Amino acid sequence: MSDKTYASETIIVPDRTLAVNSKTNMASDIKDGIKDVSPILFAIVPFAAVFGAVAIESGLSFGETMLTSLSIYAAASQYVMIDLMGQNVPAWSIVLAVFAVNFRHVLYSASIGRTMGAFSPLQKALAFFLLVDPQFASSESRAAKSGLRPAYYFAYAAMIYSTWLAANCIGALFGSLIESPYDYGLDFILPLYFTGLVAGFHKRPNFIPVLAISASISLLAWFTVGSPWHITLGGIAGLITAAALSKPAKGNTKEETANA
Amino acid sequence: MHDNTVLLILACALATYATRTGGHLVLSRFGTTHHRLEAALEAVPTAVLAALVAPSLVTNGPAEALSIVIAGIIALRYSLMLSVLSGIICLIALRWLLA
Repeated sequence: MSDKTYASETIIVPDRTLAVNSKTNMASDIKDGIKDVSPILFAIVPFAAVFGAVAIESGLSFGETMLTSLSIYAAASQYVMIDLMGQNVPAWSIVLAVFAVNFRHVLYSASIGRTMGAFSPLQKALAFFLLVDPQFASSESRAAKSGLRPAYYFAYAAMIYSTWLAANCIGALFGSLIESPYDYGLDFILPLYFTGLVAGFHKRPNFIPVLAISASISLLAWFTVGSPWHITLGGIAGLITAAALSKPAKGNTKEETANA
Repeated sequence: MHDNTVLLILACALATYATRTGGHLVLSRFGTTHHRLEAALEAVPTAVLAALVAPSLVTNGPAEALSIVIAGIIALRYSLMLSVLSGIICLIALRWLLA
């Protein structure tokens, strides 16, 4: 069926569209998945390409860079891993930092898992592997609108995953051609990226006290016990601050309506 | 660089997958969680990333410190991409000026 017929049916005879929809569920799920993901792809390309270049510049081989993106598939934590590898900190603290940065996914999977009734266990296992931030956001809204089915989820995921890897590959190939990363500020892109991420959380409850305590304790640890304890201790201090300042059943209302 | 980079990458991948399945397998079994626990979970990315970036602010030169401040301010209003880009441009310009 051509796009044109489909569109005109949607407008003129909505009842028939429903019937058509149930028959061509899979086709329209795939089409919607690709439509919803398209704007996201433009945002992913630069981060993926820069990751490739920075990973190569930090001493990872091309194969290791691709393996990172293929197996971890979580931009922020991959940047963290690269950054810490360059600082020569013990392996356990790198894995712990990656775990901590990815901790938000625990909340995502708890929430999206409830809408995956149409998924087989194997499909669920694969779906959770692909659960990146935009995937979560779009799947939640899809689930609320018309139910979440595997065809939509995996069409959306396949587009991000393949774009992510392709842009990564290009970045890694061209990254090795950059002779003086210092002149382009490439050596400092990781702290800038982390700063941008942190500032993006500024609407969360008690953002300023958490930020201030985490940063202060981190610096204290950095200059006394040394790396990598600044991440662990600074992080834990921030969590304690957030827990201590939390008030029951307040400030969560906005998020709950957004999820509903 | 670590001796066993591939193993380290795979361990990080496993840790990531654990977070992506963990919520469904563990957290969804408990009904409601305590508000303090929820607040702490919500604060994880802010706390960890702030702790990670704090030393970069003071252990480098003025060009680096200022570019971090710029990236942070831009990210309050605009996209992450624009924030990183502003930080980089500021850094390149300052390094060139102060060199």
